[in-house]
Amino acid sequence: MTVRVQSDEFDAGAELNAFTGEVAGAGAIVSFTGVVRDVDGGLTAMEIEHYPAMTERAIAKIVEEAQSRWSLAGALVIHRYGRLETGAQIMMVATASRHRVDAFQAAEFLMDYLKSRAPFWKKELTKDGEAWVEARDEDEDALGRW
Amino acid sequence: MIDVLYFAWVRERIGLPKEQVETSAATVAELVDELRQREERYALAFSDLRALRVAIDQELTEFDAPLAGAREVAFFPPMTGG
Repeated sequence: MTVRVQSDEFDAGAELNAFTGEVAGAGAIVSFTGVVRDVDGGLTAMEIEHYPAMTERAIAKIVEEAQSRWSLAGALVIHRYGRLETGAQIMMVATASRHRVDAFQAAEFLMDYLKSRAPFWKKELTKDGEAWVEARDEDEDALGRW
Repeated sequence: MIDVLYFAWVRERIGLPKEQVETSAATVAELVDELRQREERYALAFSDLRALRVAIDQELTEFDAPLAGAREVAFFPPMTGG
């Protein structure tokens, strides 16, 4: 398991290649990359705050839970914080398993839990000002399916 | 003394990221009541607990959780990672 919380950019392609090299023998690798999307052309950047003492541990616990539910050959989570411009990569998740079902489900599980159980808070900066992104009920509901 | 941390809009409303608090509160809820009585900005930040989450020593918990032995309590809105 690799968990990295950083302000620096990362190269999702290079990370995926390195991850693929580490899980030699796995038959399936799934990856997801989250990108700062433009909201109706008005977003200039996203500011992500986190709880440094808690973040990596909280993510590691989520990954451990995924490893206990699915048969995984490996898991990678990278999540950034700080100021991110529109189009920038926010985070990525990669999972590897013998067959694809485990890798797909574990990746979705990780995404659902990272969204509402990892201590990050997003603020949108627009031309008109700034606003904290509100957690959506759907995100909380998404945990119920696991 | 415990360290009390605030994140996101809770930090903005209270006006600081961290402070040390002398408290005899038995639970998180009691600590919240003490903070509310301090000043208007605390009362405002803690006006609706349903809009808040709490962690004791970096573990998510509930507002009725006991504070005994706690070194750090953090208050923040629901998380928006991913």
